[in-house]
Order: sequence, then structure tokens, then C-alpha cells
Amino acid sequence: MIASVFYFLSFVSIFFAVMVVVSKNPVHSVLYLILTFFSIAGHYLLLNAQFLALVHIVVYAGAIMVLFLFVIMLLNLNAATEPVKSSLMKFAGAIAGGSLMLVLIAVLSKINSIQPAHEVNTQIGLIKNLGKILFTEYNLPFEVASILFLVAMIGTVILAKKNPHTS
Amino acid sequence: MNTILSIVPIQYYIILSAILFSIGVMGVLTRSNAIIIFMSVEIMLNSVNLLLAAFSTYHNDAAGQIFVFFIMAVAAAEVAVGLAIIVMIYRNINTIDIYNLNKLKG
Repeated sequence: MIASVFYFLSFVSIFFAVMVVVSKNPVHSVLYLILTFFSIAGHYLLLNAQFLALVHIVVYAGAIMVLFLFVIMLLNLNAATEPVKSSLMKFAGAIAGGSLMLVLIAVLSKINSIQPAHEVNTQIGLIKNLGKILFTEYNLPFEVASILFLVAMIGTVILAKKNPHTS
Repeated sequence: MNTILSIVPIQYYIILSAILFSIGVMGVLTRSNAIIIFMSVEIMLNSVNLLLAAFSTYHNDAAGQIFVFFIMAVAAAEVAVGLAIIVMIYRNINTIDIYNLNKLKG
């Protein structure tokens, strides 16, 4: 039962990831990417990482995808304005990516010596446990992340402001 | 022991993440729309996040999930700045085809 859920979620995430790359219309790409993110959230639930699944849906499907859709609507992109690339470049890119996939799978499928943890704690993905670790052991990186957000916010405002000298 | 990893081996997660990462690489290499390239980078980041969460469950250690939070924070900041740069490029040259961004070529 759980194994078939895993296979279904894996199929859905790979299928929609391929659709993101091949679809001509950028709006369709964003919608397929949202479905990919939901299937990855399902994977997190299977892995007993409940809080991670929740945060993943809120951050990716809620914030990042809205930002993408907003920019696509703002720039009025559709299939007609899609830039065309020579088929030789597309072919070369597909061959290079496929070769990377072959090499990665060939190398990584040979791993069999790692041992899983013996005692299983299904509580590590809950917010109580993660919050305790985040605010004790990883307190400094947590605060540095807030500085990163401040810098990103200021940078975005400065970049998006109209430059009076160019226009 | 009734977790997912006693039913699905960790190798399957490794292979799934490798496939998703390669799809992202293919997207970056084959598309010339800057926004689609950004989405492919998001797919790559997500494949790495999935593998970190899988190994966190596998080793029964919450540090992997904390790392996923930090990667999500960096991805959110990166998307905000990157989309601002794309909007600025569109305002200046009226296209987001990356093959028009060759002004620095000697």
C-alpha cells in the first residue's frame, strides 16, 4: 500500500517536472510546477516530516509560485512570445542532461553499504522537536537567515525601482 | 519498525532525486526563457530537499530537516531577487530571451 503510494507520487512528480520543461506556455509551466511541489509535499508526509510538508506547501505553492505567476502576468508572456531556440542547441542540451542522469543513476544505484538507524523515532518531524533544535543548536544560522531576508528585501526594492536615468 | 524506509529502500529516493535533478539540468540547458530556467532551478533545489529529508528520516536525525528549512529560506530570497532582475531586464530590452543578453561578449 505505502509502496504503491510512493510509486504514484514519484510518477506524478517526474511526469509534471517533465511537463514544466517541455510546455510552450509559461503559465502552464507554472501550473505544472505547482503540481510537482504538491507531490513532493506528499513525499515529505510519507517520510514522517509533517511540519516540513506544511512549510513546503506554504512557501512554494503559496509564495514563490504566486510571485512567478505575478511576474508572468506582468510581462504578458504566452506561447506566442516564447523565444525560439535552434533545434541543435535543444538536442545538445537534452543529450547532456540525459548523460548526467545516466551517470548519476549508474553511480548512485551501487550504494548498498549504508545502514539505517535502528531505533525509529516518528516524532522528529513534528514542530515541537524541530523548533527546539532550531532555537538551540541552530540558533545562529537562524538569525543569519533573517539578515539574508532583509538584504534580499532591500535588494529587490532597489532593483525593481524605476531608474530615472535610463528612461 | 513501520516507517516508509523499511518498505521503500533509500536507493529509490536517491534515484528519484537524481532523475528530478537531471530534468532540472535539461530544463536549464534546453530552454531560453529566463523564467522557465528559474523554474528548472527550483526543481533542482527541490530534488536536493527531498533527498535531505529522506536521509533525515533514514538516520533518525532532525538536522537534515533543519537544513531543508534553510534551503527554502535561501530559495525564497533568490526567487525574489531573481524575478526583480528579470523584470528589470524586460523593462530595458523588452525580451527575456537569454540569447539577447550577450552585450558583455567581446
